[in-house]
Amino acid sequence: MTNLNFHLELYKKMCLIRKAEEAIIKNYPSDEMKTPMHMSMGEEAIVVGVCQSLGPKSQTFGTYRSHALYLATSQDTDGFFAEMYGKKTGVVKGKGGSMHLSYPEKGLMATSAVVASTIPAAVGSAYANKYLKNGKIVGIFFGDGAVDEGVFWESLNIACLMKLPIIFICEDNGYAVHTETVKRHGYKSIVDIIKNFDCQVFSSESTDVEKIYKISAKAVNFVKKEKKPVFLYFKYYRYLEHVGVNWDFDKGYRSETEFKKWFKKDPLKLQKKRLLRLGLSKTQIEKVESAIANKIEECIQKAKKTPFPKNTEVYRDVFYEG
Amino acid sequence: MKASKTIKQASYRDAINSAIAAEMRRDPSVFIYGIDVADHKRIYGTTVGLLEEFGEKRCFSTPLSEEALAGFGLGAAINGLRPINVHIRVDFLLLAMNQIVNMISSFHYGSGGKFNVPLVIRAIIGKGWGQSYQHSKSLHSFFAHIPGLKVIMPTTPRDAKGLMISAIRDNNPVIFLEHRFLYDVVDDVGGDNDPIEIGKSKKLTTGSDLTIVATSWMNVEAKEAADILKRKHGVKVEVIDPRTIYPFDDQLVIDSVKKTKHLIIADYDWLNCGFSAEVATRVYEQCYGLLKSPITRIGFAHTPCPCTRALEDVFYANAQTIIREVEKKLGLKTADLSSESFYTYENKFKGPF
Repeated sequence: MTNLNFHLELYKKMCLIRKAEEAIIKNYPSDEMKTPMHMSMGEEAIVVGVCQSLGPKSQTFGTYRSHALYLATSQDTDGFFAEMYGKKTGVVKGKGGSMHLSYPEKGLMATSAVVASTIPAAVGSAYANKYLKNGKIVGIFFGDGAVDEGVFWESLNIACLMKLPIIFICEDNGYAVHTETVKRHGYKSIVDIIKNFDCQVFSSESTDVEKIYKISAKAVNFVKKEKKPVFLYFKYYRYLEHVGVNWDFDKGYRSETEFKKWFKKDPLKLQKKRLLRLGLSKTQIEKVESAIANKIEECIQKAKKTPFPKNTEVYRDVFYEG
Repeated sequence: MKASKTIKQASYRDAINSAIAAEMRRDPSVFIYGIDVADHKRIYGTTVGLLEEFGEKRCFSTPLSEEALAGFGLGAAINGLRPINVHIRVDFLLLAMNQIVNMISSFHYGSGGKFNVPLVIRAIIGKGWGQSYQHSKSLHSFFAHIPGLKVIMPTTPRDAKGLMISAIRDNNPVIFLEHRFLYDVVDDVGGDNDPIEIGKSKKLTTGSDLTIVATSWMNVEAKEAADILKRKHGVKVEVIDPRTIYPFDDQLVIDSVKKTKHLIIADYDWLNCGFSAEVATRVYEQCYGLLKSPITRIGFAHTPCPCTRALEDVFYANAQTIIREVEKKLGLKTADLSSESFYTYENKFKGPF
């Protein structure tokens, strides 16, 4: 891969996520995608940057806000949209929807609706990988709201105590649902507290995917070399409402000014600027963008035409039979 | 301390220990962990020898983090390991309920069948010597209510051994509930390490006059009652132990009730919305019109469990409760039980634990 290809690759991955969500916004009002959408818009750089450094042999876990994680790891827009439409070819056969995506073939193990609930499973996976000596590293993504949950601290403690190959990725968007950090935290800094655990901490407020990639590459190296967990702390801004596809700056708990400040350094904008700087033309980039948009449109049309699961499917897979 | 090798006569505790040890020898993906699993007491002796034989990678004590440790088991299980997570009291499992009910039970289903969860959660039911209301729950009805969980509650040492082997080999999450009082029961466990199929009820006594379906410790009380009823009244009681609460094999119960026409359910739980209601409903559905008396249910008083022995005796049903209900049901006169010696835990169990 030449250098330019690498920069373009990161842009393509972010663009896939952004365009997929733009398509959701466009199609959601027709009420055919009946699943609660927690949109990733704004967090693309973190997910793409971290996943790029983790590499294909890793395992990842996410939250209910995991469109970005699903698409960054799997690139599977077909299964993704079929799941959004509740169709039989959906990634989990229409059993999960937007909040429960997984793609084990590419290491995405689970995403989950209950805040912080995948964190201990990620720690257990890291234990299994250490037990099996397979060299895999686990990346667990969660929001700053998850840090309010007891199980986060239980899990972090266990991972540090057992020196597990895991990277905790805290994506702090400043709000847990609609409540801002200062109304939830009886302490000044998550990072300062976690520095007291037996792990390495890296933090950044950058929305530059390449900066995030470099930081997480350091994290991966640390885990491999020191055999201890890493805690990554990144800030970003959630562009849309907590759940749903709309803006909510008129609701009074946050301001559009705040959004505008972050949107100036929108991860896609930053990477696009870099590509232009590196010599790619505007037309070349637009070609890439429209190819992605077209692919997504095809997936949506395909998903719409695909049948729903048969009635008997409701009883399947409660237990593994065999 | 050495883990039990193959044994013929064994206590319930040693039966569990030997089953786990045998499976850990057979399959390197099995490991056991939980609060104080590897301490000097070794979960009442059920994890004796495992640390020494298999090392701390496969047998370890943990921080007091029940929820995280349940999720930890899930994470290990979906990667092909076979974790056994142990809890010294079922009551502590309530701290892990989010993981058990929201994650573990639905993981296979929610992943469209992509992942299996071969996880065993062992938990001990306490009773007596002042256990009070946070050391005495059984919660089997609660767990059996949730789709995606298997719930096992063995009574005999043989069943504890065979069902533990099956639970470990099962590719689904299994809640394995062990009554503390049963630990000292010694019986024939068979010389082999054969699994016992999950989801099969078992007849503990054969009789034609009345059926008793009992769970866990209540089977000991029911058998004692059956013995006395035979001597005092010539009544032949058929005691059936479901052994697994989910899946529940109701056929043996239905067949028995069709024969005896009378049913008592002695559940080791509260009655309200419990397993006893499930059993009763299934029998009513399939034996409608055949019953000679309404189904009788026996269980805990609908209160939190009290500490003092005086009140605890009222809280729990026992063999005498069963005998009196049978007499009422069959229109028998009240037998004099003053010369009978009933089970009392003080003979085995001095505390503090």
